[in-house]
Amino acid sequence: MTNASLSEGAARRSVIARLIRRPTAVFGFSLIVIAVAAAILAPVISPYAPDAQHFDGLTIEGAPLPPGGAYPLGTDLLGRDLLTRIIHGARTSLVIGLAANGLALLIGTLVGVTAGYFRGWTGAVLMRFTDLMMAFPALLLAICLAAIFQPSLWIVALVIALVNWVQTSRILYTETTSLTEREFIAAERAIGAGHGRILFRHILPHLLPTIIVWGTLGISTTVLLEATLSYLGIGVQPPMPSWGNIIFENQTYFQAAPWLVFFPGAAIVLLALSFNLVGDALRDELDPTQRGRD
Amino acid sequence: MTRLLASSAVALALSLPAAAQDYVPDPNAKPGGNIVITYKDDVATLDPAIGYDWQNWSMIKSLFDGLMDYVPGTTELRPGLAESYEISEDGLTYTFRLRPGVRFHNGREMTAEDVKYSFERVTTPATQSPGAGFFASIKGYDAITDGSATALEGVTVVDPSTISIELSRPDATFLHVMALNFASVVPREAVEAAGDDFGKAPVGTGAFRLADWTLGQRLVFEKNPDYWREGVPYLDTITFEVGQEPIVALLRLQNGEVDVPGDGIPPAKFVEVMADPAQAARVVEGGQLHTGYITLNVTIPPLDNPEVRKAINMAINKERITQIINGRAVAASQPLPPSMPGYTEGFEGFAYDPDAARDLLADAGLADGFETELYVMNTDPNPRIAQAIQQDLAAVGIRASIQSLAQANVIEAGGAGTAPMIWSGGMAWIADFPDPSNFYGPILGCAGAGEGGWNWSKYCNEALDAAATEADSFTDPSAPDRLAKWSEVYMKVMEDAPWVPVFNEQRYTMKSARMGGADALYVDPVSIPVNYDYVYVTE
Amino acid sequence: MAAFLARRLVQSALILLGVSFVTFVLLYALPADPVRQIAGRSATAETVENIRRELGLDRPFIVQYARYLGGLLQGDLGRSYLQKTEVAELIAARLPATLLLMLGAIIAELAIGLTMGIIAALRRGTATDTSLMVASFVGVSAPQFVVGLLLLYVFAVQLQWFPIGGYGTLAHLVLPALTLGILGAGWYSRMMRSSMIDVLRQDYIRTARAKGLARRRIVLRHALPNAILPIIAMIGIDIGIFMGGIVVVESVFGWPGIGQLAWQAIQRVDIPIIMGVTLVSAFAIVLGNLLADLVTPFIDPRIRIR
Repeated sequence: MTNASLSEGAARRSVIARLIRRPTAVFGFSLIVIAVAAAILAPVISPYAPDAQHFDGLTIEGAPLPPGGAYPLGTDLLGRDLLTRIIHGARTSLVIGLAANGLALLIGTLVGVTAGYFRGWTGAVLMRFTDLMMAFPALLLAICLAAIFQPSLWIVALVIALVNWVQTSRILYTETTSLTEREFIAAERAIGAGHGRILFRHILPHLLPTIIVWGTLGISTTVLLEATLSYLGIGVQPPMPSWGNIIFENQTYFQAAPWLVFFPGAAIVLLALSFNLVGDALRDELDPTQRGRD
Repeated sequence: MTRLLASSAVALALSLPAAAQDYVPDPNAKPGGNIVITYKDDVATLDPAIGYDWQNWSMIKSLFDGLMDYVPGTTELRPGLAESYEISEDGLTYTFRLRPGVRFHNGREMTAEDVKYSFERVTTPATQSPGAGFFASIKGYDAITDGSATALEGVTVVDPSTISIELSRPDATFLHVMALNFASVVPREAVEAAGDDFGKAPVGTGAFRLADWTLGQRLVFEKNPDYWREGVPYLDTITFEVGQEPIVALLRLQNGEVDVPGDGIPPAKFVEVMADPAQAARVVEGGQLHTGYITLNVTIPPLDNPEVRKAINMAINKERITQIINGRAVAASQPLPPSMPGYTEGFEGFAYDPDAARDLLADAGLADGFETELYVMNTDPNPRIAQAIQQDLAAVGIRASIQSLAQANVIEAGGAGTAPMIWSGGMAWIADFPDPSNFYGPILGCAGAGEGGWNWSKYCNEALDAAATEADSFTDPSAPDRLAKWSEVYMKVMEDAPWVPVFNEQRYTMKSARMGGADALYVDPVSIPVNYDYVYVTE
Repeated sequence: MAAFLARRLVQSALILLGVSFVTFVLLYALPADPVRQIAGRSATAETVENIRRELGLDRPFIVQYARYLGGLLQGDLGRSYLQKTEVAELIAARLPATLLLMLGAIIAELAIGLTMGIIAALRRGTATDTSLMVASFVGVSAPQFVVGLLLLYVFAVQLQWFPIGGYGTLAHLVLPALTLGILGAGWYSRMMRSSMIDVLRQDYIRTARAKGLARRRIVLRHALPNAILPIIAMIGIDIGIFMGGIVVVESVFGWPGIGQLAWQAIQRVDIPIIMGVTLVSAFAIVLGNLLADLVTPFIDPRIRIR
């Protein structure tokens, strides 16, 4: 191990140490751990199978059952156990959250860094395209895309990624342009270093904190967009549960059976909140321009 | 064959005095007052050649009239703008005598020229009418459709109050077609003055006229004081409020702000309303010319095997599906709904029997079941119903994945024949007119089975098509022999099982305490949700 | 300044052109056929083809786009396929409702966000500060349909303070405006807090304090106007966020704006309406960004037009 990586390791440890002292970050992180555990262990910890429609899960008039008894959070309009649906819904939210956000981050980084590093025509074209994407109302675009590609889990992730990369690309573009003007990059160029070397050895490592911060905050945006698409009935296909489509399927009953909206709604808010809290703490700790502001 | 000829002969020269069977207006009815009707979806247009939605269908009926009409609250034909009519012996020429002194809302008197103009307008391609095809039996229809003529050859103005229509083939449903909104009589000068905006500035002969329209919010109809039918309408004005969620509409009805919720009682409130005797007393229940069904694409293996289709019919638990929609439907046994003439009484259809279904599948070499897809429109409650169907299919080993898509995408897949199974909900067949033929041609006949047609099972049985043509060659649409023939056609369809008829929706309309008029007017099979021309308020 | 404005206007026009092209491509690629929607279920094959020809939908893509663009340049957004009405008229009829909703949302987000931000800044480091900042994150983490349904349940169904949906009076506006504004309130409270903390550190505030001016007076007369300026620039950018939100909020509350128009049109492939609403939204977003850019230099002399 070289000295440099040693001190980097120490810096990283101190970031973690500082994060641990932030109660909001710890709260957010714990909720994320719970959600991930629920998603992985869903088949083990769920009381029932996610698609099982129980004949005793509906009243004779076809109304859902309130929380309590055999169904801890009540049943939905098909007589399925709501708790089981919510636990399994964590899988959908997290898989789409991670996949879509990963892809969006990849596209955003690629476009932002390329445009910021090369500038000129390439940069101009890429950034004008980014501007164009920013002028689209995101939800309308997502709805059109979802109609073209008939939705499935991965298509929904793809649609969200195609809508969500723009912000990341804008931020990384600005950071990259200011980085390339710094002396050490000019020095590298002077000694004839290739683009690949400069990009991967110098630019990307400097961008990493920003990417981590926006990557974490972006998961929250992604989770919310997935929930919204599912709420509009154009998200993942039934019977796969998603917190958004649980609300979509049951909202006609929300006055008589508000738990059918509240429980999945709370799940969405808590998961998105967790990623926001952790992302915010990371920003404070990792982003040099933000540090020491308060 | 001989029976057919005999009954045709009986039906010739059917001249209608018709008053005997007509509606007797309510003696307690009082004129005056305003009622409020709500809808969730916007009203697209009030042009009778274009409008084809749930909301605007009955509105257009009150603004316009056709040559024929229905006795309020029933499916029985009666003359409308025609005072009387005659049908030639061969069933090919219809001669209508127009009522004298009928005036459009703009004050001009309606003549036979207007009738001719209206038919040509609806059939000419430039109008883009979704209903043009209904007029296909009129002589000269093909020429006007392909653009080689601008007039309908078969339509002749005999004198200002007489019009004769010659058909290219006998068509038992022709009088029903004359009662469709698409056959409404419109004044040429008003259409030409408004151009494409006629749908926003409608001028007809109907009981009401459009007084005000705030796009996306409200429409107001006012009484036509010169309406040609004596004594009606009773109401002074009708206000339609759009963009109102059904649940909001019902709460407002409970507060006395709304008189009839156009979209009915929302499922979540249904149990509550029916449990309260005071409210339940104001609920009117009626049949609807509707069937919800699953189409089974007979060109896609293994659904090409009739035994497999029968097995699927036995696998579906229709009672449970009606429970999911709060029991607001009755399980269906056949394509026709019970209130449709020609419905086969006493036919049981395929009973729910998953064990027998499994046996049938095993006999077909599918003991392990198979994989397939079920398409469904993505608005509630349809994805829920599809999941119930999916569970029933899984119980007999059929693994159906659900494709829940926008209405337009489902229709596309159905038309293209790429969807193995489609749950029809949200797009299901509601009859255009109360005649059994309307459930056959476009959705079960060979004509609809082509690319893009609405026959999503792609079922095409030439023998049944021939039988259907034969049944429609009668001149009297309600001739018992004709209805028997139709009944036979649908029984043969069930033998081949291209559909799973699942349920017939029941209509549950609610009205405010002050609404008067016979219950039948609130579940009118033709004017949905209410026959506006005959209801009244009691205060 | 004039040159900057001219360049930005040209840029904006090009972006709108790009948006129109991309949307047209997307709608052209839809698997559903708009003609079948128009023709309806009873139409014969020839009726379908006739309608296709009448609408020019049998022409090659590029011809269709050129025709659309030609109309657009003359200010013609075309006619709805299903309603046959001018798209411009349909949008104009619904735009006031949407603008009213947005205005309400801006008031809501500023009122809530600024209040929360100021209190948090003044109580910096206390439990009040932390809970307000967590609350602001709950605001940005809650999907609008959840907020909307929750507000409906509590304030309309249970407490019956507000109508359950609809349009017309001020009471109808409150819940939808809150729902749409809550996201922005979350962001503004954080911005206001840090901007306020910055301002409170400035020399002139310290001077004022040293002079013994009342704390309340310092905050309202000196700190607030300076802290609020950067936030004004953000309102322009909000418009883009609102444009997405109105589809959901208008559908939850039955608000008769362009969001509902767009949603109904999307479900029935009424392409001219979808194009029209997308373009109007894009126009609003571009305009909002432009205004934000124009306002910025007046706010902080350190920010220069590049």
